[in-house]
Amino acid sequence: MADASAARPRVGLLATCLMNVFRPNIGFSAAELLERAGCRVEVPSEQTCCGQPAYSAGDDDTARAMAKQVITQFDEYDYLVSPSGSCVGTIRKYPQLLADDPHWSGRAQALADKAFELLSFLVDVRKVEIDARYAGKATYHDSCSGLRQLGVKRQPRELLSRVEGLELAEMDDAEVCCGFGGSFCVKYPQISEKMVDDKLRSIADSGADTLLGGDLGCLMNMAGRLRRTGSKVRVWHTAEVLAGRTDGPAIGEEESR
Amino acid sequence: MSREAVLHNIRRAISERGVRGRFELPQRPAAPTYGEGRVDRFTERLVAHACTWEAIDSLEQLPERVMAWLESKGLAPRMAVAPPLMALPWPDVVERHSDRAGITEAVAVSLAFGGIAESGSLAMYSGPQSPITHNYAPEFHLVAVFAEDISDNQEGIWEKVRATGAMPRALNLIAGPSRTGDVEQTIQLGAHGPRQVHVLLVRAKASTS
Amino acid sequence: MKALPGTFDSRAAVALADPSLQKALKNFKPLFVAKRASAVAELEGFEQLRETAAAIKDAVLSELDTWLERYAAKVESLGGHVHFASDAAEAREIIREICRKANAKTICKGKSMVSEEIGLNEVLEDDGYKVVETDLGEYIIQLAKEPPSHIIAPAIHKTREQVADLFEQNHPGRPREETVAGLVNEARHALRERFFQSDVGITGGNFLIAETGTSVIVTNEGNGDLTQTLSRVHVVTSGIERVIPTLDDLSVFLRLLARSATGQDTECYTTLSSGPKRPGDPDGPEEYHVVLVDNGRSKMLAGRFSQMLRCIRCGACMNHCPVYGAVGGHAYGWVYPGPMGSILTPLFNGLAENYDLPNACTLNGRCQSVCPVKIPLTDLIRTMRNEQVKAGLMPASQRRMMSAWGWVARQPGLYRAFEKLGSKMLRLRAGRSGSIASLPGAGAWTRVRDLPAPSGPTFIDQWKSRGGQS
Repeated sequence: MADASAARPRVGLLATCLMNVFRPNIGFSAAELLERAGCRVEVPSEQTCCGQPAYSAGDDDTARAMAKQVITQFDEYDYLVSPSGSCVGTIRKYPQLLADDPHWSGRAQALADKAFELLSFLVDVRKVEIDARYAGKATYHDSCSGLRQLGVKRQPRELLSRVEGLELAEMDDAEVCCGFGGSFCVKYPQISEKMVDDKLRSIADSGADTLLGGDLGCLMNMAGRLRRTGSKVRVWHTAEVLAGRTDGPAIGEEESR
Repeated sequence: MSREAVLHNIRRAISERGVRGRFELPQRPAAPTYGEGRVDRFTERLVAHACTWEAIDSLEQLPERVMAWLESKGLAPRMAVAPPLMALPWPDVVERHSDRAGITEAVAVSLAFGGIAESGSLAMYSGPQSPITHNYAPEFHLVAVFAEDISDNQEGIWEKVRATGAMPRALNLIAGPSRTGDVEQTIQLGAHGPRQVHVLLVRAKASTS
Repeated sequence: MKALPGTFDSRAAVALADPSLQKALKNFKPLFVAKRASAVAELEGFEQLRETAAAIKDAVLSELDTWLERYAAKVESLGGHVHFASDAAEAREIIREICRKANAKTICKGKSMVSEEIGLNEVLEDDGYKVVETDLGEYIIQLAKEPPSHIIAPAIHKTREQVADLFEQNHPGRPREETVAGLVNEARHALRERFFQSDVGITGGNFLIAETGTSVIVTNEGNGDLTQTLSRVHVVTSGIERVIPTLDDLSVFLRLLARSATGQDTECYTTLSSGPKRPGDPDGPEEYHVVLVDNGRSKMLAGRFSQMLRCIRCGACMNHCPVYGAVGGHAYGWVYPGPMGSILTPLFNGLAENYDLPNACTLNGRCQSVCPVKIPLTDLIRTMRNEQVKAGLMPASQRRMMSAWGWVARQPGLYRAFEKLGSKMLRLRAGRSGSIASLPGAGAWTRVRDLPAPSGPTFIDQWKSRGGQS
């Protein structure tokens, strides 16, 4: 961390599992924004998963093994940054998870202290120039982990206010869970369906044509339900809009649009 | 004995966690105060809780104002009256008693131990001078309270209670008429207790009236 | 109370298909969420009060034996009786014995979650007493022979028409009432006689004050006061964790309770009771008993869930829980629903029997953010999952999947290969449509929603092929 304030801190980008497979565009957007904020971005190629599925399921042994792997891969960087509140939220739990392990607890704390969710990093830690246009009326869903574990609320709005052409229309209950909840949405599909439908109603009532958020899991849940119900609302990760990488299809959208 | 068994289990749990003496009672934040605005705050909260109120100069005016209020509601002059108020100059037509309130009791007139500006609550100190049933059984509850007995906050009432040397058997804090939201979450006044609470704020000093 | 029949899933399915319940749950937002938010905003220093309340609870719990002894000694000095019950059966026996000795016929009850927890009504009714719940919501569900679906609004799932039906069946000779005002009035008349007949009045105890030997109840209806004032014998049932040191501590909790529960600045009636009727008192109970129920709480105090003992039963967690908001209280199967119930019910009634409760949660953290005593509910729900895993309760299929995934995730090369393969297959399945409407093995996802397809090769592959350039 000693050189963190230096001109060009070294940032390890945590490529979340969902982003890596489903939405590489978010990763490139994140990298571009970080570079624009004066960081050197590296993507540790041995990285796999932060352990969130195991941690959430209460499988602490597996979660600890994953935590150690992430700590090993990332502790050389000045920062760990990821375009996901829930993955970073998990990393912030490592110290608690490894509290009884004298060999790891200090390293866990050190990593937790320098792990940041992308959008808050770009406001609270490094300043970034936003040079993007997006023609549309967007509404922002506050993903629960980012909002309540990390306090991500004002930062994405601040960044989005600098996007030319973008109008932000707040929806009702922006802070209410969309019904994703990791494995919850497949274990309790009926309840999840009710929750995501409540969310879709709030989105529709906002009059927005675009839905933005900071966690791909939630966005895939809402985008999938929007598609299923025939909605034309376009869904992007906020980083994609901020980086101006919105030429291609939005999440879940057909290619030739 | 279960008492010993339960306490033993508690002691074992506390020692297993090694927490005894590790947590200190915290400093409590200061309670809200209102300075000169204390009485205004009190009446403002009374209204917020669906009470009505009027000011009177001294307790001597109470019977006359109670009668006027009853008349405005079309109520007969029969009532349960707190013992300290029995000797006021009530008109002869008034049937009054100071026993416990009965099942058909329509009106009670009480004297509050104090008021709480923070919440607009009336503090009723039970005992021979203030039957508890008067607070709950009647449909209409008229309560006299001296302005000088209004405290900023609950803590002010606790202090006054401590000064009496003992807790009353029941200390009732009352904020408005009885209410319920249990049928379709629609607030309805007069669930089991009084449907209306009318406060007579007495401006005179308690000691001189 | 016995657990409700069925599984969480089956009860949730019933709840989701119940239009009157769904209508009632829609009211939560204006009724509880919005009102709480404005009540909290109007009070300066609410956060500090939460911190203080949590700290008071932690301090008391760390010396709970001492505080209980002080409290009990004070109650006894006022002529009251204090009984300790190790479990539900003992608590029931103590109360049955009090009722027997009092030659009781009619027993009125104020709202008490502990009495629901120990299943009191059933045994008292079996003994032949006329047991009357007097909180209007509790009265309604008693007539309906249903358990509460919310800890402060027990009949929230009932519509006006359903209440009218129940009253028509149970109040012979009275015309059917259709309006809320009419129904409330009808209940007032029906219950009034019971209050005045009552031999034993049983209430809960929101707080027990060691300084003064006082039990505190908080209500809006005044039913608890009529119950405890008009009965010859007053019995307070309370968990052992409800003791607090002084009257001034009470003020901290009272400022939090009403705002958190119903968004009121204060409930209508806050009543502090200290012992039985005294010489010269015109009214009040001749006997005053407090039954302090352990029923697993001392065990809780030792373990990972001790913070649950801070709970003051306000209901804010369930009012803000989107899962509770979807399925209501009965889906949770027992006395305590929502987030607090998802922790308490497994602790009281078994981790295996209540496997679903902590799992039917998205860990969204909203409950924790509104808890007036700052119980880390979300963390504890996750901890409960961990306890279930440690007890070997995770279903075998899920356990196998988790351990296979955990193993692969520690072999980066293999993990990469799986990701690559998955990406390719999903892209093939989606074609140019961008999403997948049905996918073998992912039915639980695609039943509700399409699966957005990968938009290209994996990020890490593309990153490498671009030479680490965005």
